[in-house]
Amino acid sequence: MQDCRGAGWRSATWWRVNWFHILVHGLALWPVAYILWDLAWGRFADPVGEIITRTGRASLNLLVLSLACTPLYTLTGFTPLLRARRTLGLYAFLYVVLHFLTFAGLDYGFDLRMLWEAVFYQQYVIVGFVAGLILLALAITSTRGWQRRLGKWWKRVQRFVYLAGVLAVLHFAWLLKEPRRALPYVAAVAVLLVLRIPAIARMVGTVRRRFMKASASQTSD
Amino acid sequence: MVPIKSSEITPEHIYLSRRKFLQAAGLLAANAVLLAACGRQPVPLSTGATTPADVSPPGDGADELGNALTPLESVLGYANYYEFTLNPNGVARLAQGFSTSPWQVAVGGLVNKPKMFDIDDLRTFEQEERIYRMRCVEAWAMVIPWFGFSLSRLLNEVEPLSTAKYVRFETLYDPDQMPGQKDRSFPWPYVEGLRMDEAMHDLTLLATGLYGQDLQPQNGAPVRLVVPWKYGFKSLKSIVKIDLVEEMPQSLWMVTNPREYGFWANVNPEVPHPRWSQATERLIGENRRRETLFLNGYADEVAGLYPDLNSRDWYY
Repeated sequence: MQDCRGAGWRSATWWRVNWFHILVHGLALWPVAYILWDLAWGRFADPVGEIITRTGRASLNLLVLSLACTPLYTLTGFTPLLRARRTLGLYAFLYVVLHFLTFAGLDYGFDLRMLWEAVFYQQYVIVGFVAGLILLALAITSTRGWQRRLGKWWKRVQRFVYLAGVLAVLHFAWLLKEPRRALPYVAAVAVLLVLRIPAIARMVGTVRRRFMKASASQTSD
Repeated sequence: MVPIKSSEITPEHIYLSRRKFLQAAGLLAANAVLLAACGRQPVPLSTGATTPADVSPPGDGADELGNALTPLESVLGYANYYEFTLNPNGVARLAQGFSTSPWQVAVGGLVNKPKMFDIDDLRTFEQEERIYRMRCVEAWAMVIPWFGFSLSRLLNEVEPLSTAKYVRFETLYDPDQMPGQKDRSFPWPYVEGLRMDEAMHDLTLLATGLYGQDLQPQNGAPVRLVVPWKYGFKSLKSIVKIDLVEEMPQSLWMVTNPREYGFWANVNPEVPHPRWSQATERLIGENRRRETLFLNGYADEVAGLYPDLNSRDWYY
């Protein structure tokens, strides 16, 4: 699959191999494009607040999608999902960076005294901050070099993404006017966590193989 | 107090074009400073007897601290009004077509002369402009040139009994017009209350307009309360009922979430909301946060209402 990437975008092969990935990039870049569009047209009464909310929401969505990749792969055997996992995770981190810079830079003007108060008097900020630091560490160690250096530890380190997911949902729910609106995220992260329990993951794999066999025998009928 | 003549109010299109020019020049934040440098007096709070000459046209307005007015588009486009939606950017669209005529406000309870006021009756009270800071409990703020009259004048007209200790206000309940009221997680209608002396305080305003125009539905048409030293949720909109009562009224928020939104709700930067700090706020139209003022900057006028200011009870 990697070899096909050199085939050039004009070839049909390239599109067959990469269409899903292009879709992923498009999906991930959509929120920032939408924000810039609204900014350009002056649609925000409170631009800073709106950018903070939207980048935060985008990051959370992408993080949950990234977490969903492995279980979806187990279920479907669709290999591009494995590549999308890292891409989505890195985009989630990109939005965290925008989220944090807007908060600390634009909103608080890097005023350390006000920021100190904002971070340490508001528990939801601490939680979000920790989630962001985890994503930072994961983004740094996401490269092949770090993968090699960390060896078997790499996978264990990357599993901290689940902690980041839980903290991000908490950070989000804490500030909602109606906390019940966080339920879809709570449910999604809970399901994705359960699916990673080895026994359950194996079960899902077995079901898939049986299903594949069944459908294969059906087509041969 | 003579009402502002319409000739003295800068037409909105001139106001808006000037605002656009300032924005283009990146001078928005410096507006107040520039005005001061020009030797222009900030508009005084029209609390005492002011002559029309003291009231500057709203187009050049700033509050008494020199804060520039929040642009009209933002005042119209960004509002918390849960009767329509929880999204402050979505209220204006959903509130379009909200019918405010006919409209009546029933004023009664512990009074000598209960009376039903038609909205046109309320407009016959002498209206004056008051530029107030509005501080939302969500830590954003606006500077708004309201149009209206002191609530005390309405209350005096119905002659409160000495047994009246509190005033209870009620917003319209009409789920057909207000889609947010179909959400049964709130005990509609919206109810708020003030202690009698707060209600009689000269700063407490019944507003019928802003920026020299009648209120738009998203801002609480046709008549709303404005209590500038309290968090914005106290200033309820689209009022249909005002009752003078003996017991402290239970507001919608006291029923729904008393820990976060209590009866007093006086602005205090040092008393955080249970979920976030109230030390700073973002003035809509500015990007940089600023420090929140004690009692939203109205301490000189209203601190006397609260004998023990250090008690945390006054703030939620």
